[in-house]
Amino acid sequence: MYYLYVLLLIAMVISFLADRNKTYKAVRIGFKKFTRILPAFATMLILVSIILALVPDSLILHYLGKSNMSKGVVMATLFGSITLMPGFIAFPLCGILLQKGVTYTVISAFTTTLMMVGFVTFPIERKYFGAKVAAIRNALSLFIAVVVAVMTGVFFGEILR
Amino acid sequence: MKSKTLTKHAKVAGFIAYSLFLVLSFWMGFEPGKKIGLNLGYFSLEMLKILPFAFILIGLFEVWVKRETIEKHFGKKSGLRGHVGGILLAGTTVGGLYVAVPVAYSLYSKGADLGVIFTYIAASAICRVPMTIFEASFLGMKFSVIRLSVSIPLVILSSMLLGKYLTKRGYAIKEGE
Repeated sequence: MYYLYVLLLIAMVISFLADRNKTYKAVRIGFKKFTRILPAFATMLILVSIILALVPDSLILHYLGKSNMSKGVVMATLFGSITLMPGFIAFPLCGILLQKGVTYTVISAFTTTLMMVGFVTFPIERKYFGAKVAAIRNALSLFIAVVVAVMTGVFFGEILR
Repeated sequence: MKSKTLTKHAKVAGFIAYSLFLVLSFWMGFEPGKKIGLNLGYFSLEMLKILPFAFILIGLFEVWVKRETIEKHFGKKSGLRGHVGGILLAGTTVGGLYVAVPVAYSLYSKGADLGVIFTYIAASAICRVPMTIFEASFLGMKFSVIRLSVSIPLVILSSMLLGKYLTKRGYAIKEGE
């Protein structure tokens, strides 16, 4: 986590030396974004605090943990494809799940399909590309997402060890 | 409008009920309620350690990187350079597919290569810089690096193939109504 602070510090120093006003503006933009996302964020935290207190950790690990990886990836892929959730909510949520012991592979399958495959946004795509091309594009994205998930598993030592 | 204020009221009511529930749980020693409260406290603290800093970094990115410059330099390039440009341009896109598809259409009508268009759209889902900052902050830099280095080549390859195939068949993107 420290590299975030280090990176920010370096970026701030460089930015400040280059242009003071722009740096102030950046901080203002950052805080404005932060406060704008806060209500949605609080809602997510409240829901997650309730759900994770009710659902035992063992159940989460059973479905999304190391013991049952392929099932977890299939579930995460489906869930990621059909839901529409801003990344600003999804990544913190995944951070919490990660601490609960959910594998990187499953998290990757979820976040990548969430970003790339969209059942909900399909109508917009269809308007521009036509149904067939939009379907091909989404199918390709699904395939890429699964490859990314598997490779994530390999690099984190969760698959093929 | 009416339903909007209604959901707002419901949210406020829910929030008050939730807070009351937590206070009562701690007061009367109701274990599940206490667990929810501890969860909330722990998660909120974790978030506060990251969120404001990630957002300031995003602010810096927005102030220093201008989309128009990238669009001007790479908008019409073809071949691999076009694809790289598509990815760079996507990095600055905010708002995902809703924004990316109309932008893609305007690039296309200005003469950008079909394959580059598909790269741009896919990349605007996965390569947006503010989102990646967020991802790396919560899931680790290693996670983001793996994700990007696996997906980008696949995105470029599949977009090139799809673009070639469709161009050969005389396909055209039409403007959404």
